[in-house]
Amino acid sequence: MKEIGIIVCAKQIPDPEAPLSDVSVNAESKEVIVDAPQVISPFDENALEVAIRLKEEIGAKVTVLSLGKKVSDTVLRKSLAAGADELILLQDEAFEKLDSHSIASALADAIRKIGEFDLVLTGRQAGDWDSGQVGLILGEMLALPCINLAREIKVGDGNVLVKKVISEGYEQVRAKMPALVTVSNEVGELRYISRTKMLKMLRGAGSIPSWNSEDLGITLETLEKMGIMVLSSPPDMRRDCEFLDGATPDEKADKLAAVFKALR
Amino acid sequence: MNDVLILGEVKEGSLDLRTLELLGVGKKFAGDLGVGLSVVLMGDAVSTVAEQTASYGPDRVYKLEHPLLKGFGADLWLASLQQACKKINPKIVLLSHSLIGMELGPRLACRLNTRLTTDCIDLSIDPEDGLLLRTKPVSGGNAISVFKCPGEPQLATVRANVFDPAEAADGKGEIVDMVPEIDESMIMVESIEVVKEEVVALDKADVVVAGGAGLGEEDGFEILQDLSRVLSKSFGNVMIGCSRVAVDKGWISSDHQVGLTGTMISPDIYISVGISGAIQHLVGMIQSKKIIAINTDPGCNMFKVADYGVVGDYEKVVPALVKRLEELS
Repeated sequence: MKEIGIIVCAKQIPDPEAPLSDVSVNAESKEVIVDAPQVISPFDENALEVAIRLKEEIGAKVTVLSLGKKVSDTVLRKSLAAGADELILLQDEAFEKLDSHSIASALADAIRKIGEFDLVLTGRQAGDWDSGQVGLILGEMLALPCINLAREIKVGDGNVLVKKVISEGYEQVRAKMPALVTVSNEVGELRYISRTKMLKMLRGAGSIPSWNSEDLGITLETLEKMGIMVLSSPPDMRRDCEFLDGATPDEKADKLAAVFKALR
Repeated sequence: MNDVLILGEVKEGSLDLRTLELLGVGKKFAGDLGVGLSVVLMGDAVSTVAEQTASYGPDRVYKLEHPLLKGFGADLWLASLQQACKKINPKIVLLSHSLIGMELGPRLACRLNTRLTTDCIDLSIDPEDGLLLRTKPVSGGNAISVFKCPGEPQLATVRANVFDPAEAADGKGEIVDMVPEIDESMIMVESIEVVKEEVVALDKADVVVAGGAGLGEEDGFEILQDLSRVLSKSFGNVMIGCSRVAVDKGWISSDHQVGLTGTMISPDIYISVGISGAIQHLVGMIQSKKIIAINTDPGCNMFKVADYGVVGDYEKVVPALVKRLEELS
């Protein structure tokens, strides 16, 4: 069988699991300030893992697209270290704070520029704005069959076979490729990447292609920003934690047992 | 027409509670704007539910019945909803932030060339321009954003449990048959089978014992099972929960996942074991009445939101706790 082409859309965001103390809200600039390293959004890593597994199972060329105002190739090179074949950064000042529709539109332009592909994978939602729209809108714009929330993805005979998350279990569905699938975390986490592999990839000589709005033929006036009216901090969630101390695990367990007894 | 339009969802033959919540807020908007409130129901047989819906007093219930709309299939549901929107020409369209709404919302937005805000926890209408102000938690819950978007209809998916459900009304809405123009050629994704699995109803638990990455291995959940078993002697419905990472690692199925993309719960007691407490997890359990955390890292988020904390190795503390609780019971 001929090698299939898989495109994975991966967003670079500040670590969404940063400690609460490292996150603040700047109401004036309407920005969430996260004092943490940039990472690939977790659900996008799930999508990347699926792509690499398919590559191992049936052979595939995996291309990773990452769009933003400025995308760090050191963050995204992780995808190459994990097993992706190609990484293309979609960078432009004009890509800052775009709404889901405009992001999907720019991604669609990039995918049309790539031309041949069989499968587009995205994470179910990004960990910064939690919107969960770009994947499905992208599928619509490319007029592809769209499958939402995959927990298992197989490919065969020109079809993609997906176990789709539903409330009472799963639904087995099938679509002719090319198709778009949004990926949920049930598929599993991105494989472990050794330090040696990571360093090798970071020091790699190959330059990473970067396309801007002009390369993609985007008319800037068509891009729309998110309309944020107000950005505020959430209600305070903190409680006063009473630490149950003890010299041994048994002593701590005794105190904890007393707490349960009191709560009965 | 300028109506406020709601997509109704049916659960076990009856109108889903989330739809009643949409009816509640929809009725208010319709009143404020002086327009009608309409509900769209789709399926192969929705007459009974249409009657039920009408009793909550919307102006109109559009019944889109078609044999091909049996069960939820995104392609045909989307095409039908799109057609309904074209005919009804609503000003506002509200969907539940359910699996159905999450899937139809973005695609509908694209087809109607409007903009969607997902998972809203509040909605209001800007009196200046009549556009929806859409309040939504972002960054996992680290911030709350109010969005305003152009386009018509104004489109949002709404989180469960944030609006009061509508109550039965005196007046009865008119039931209107609308025939969707759909056929099998419009199905791009074919359903092969629906497989039912045993799933936990975490939102029905009195006590949840939850584990995360800190368990270190799948077998850690067996230790949590022991705790769950002994607690169930005194606390009713005790269930096992988990963080997203535990699902990613393949240790446990996602029906146990608590948080933003799992289940949002508010049990009497939440016992967190080896969960550092990413914000996306915290927003799903912060409404718990009492929170007990066991973790090796005294600086982790979970202790900041807990009522009681034990810093230590769960493999030692939890079995000791189980033993003590057995002695006490």
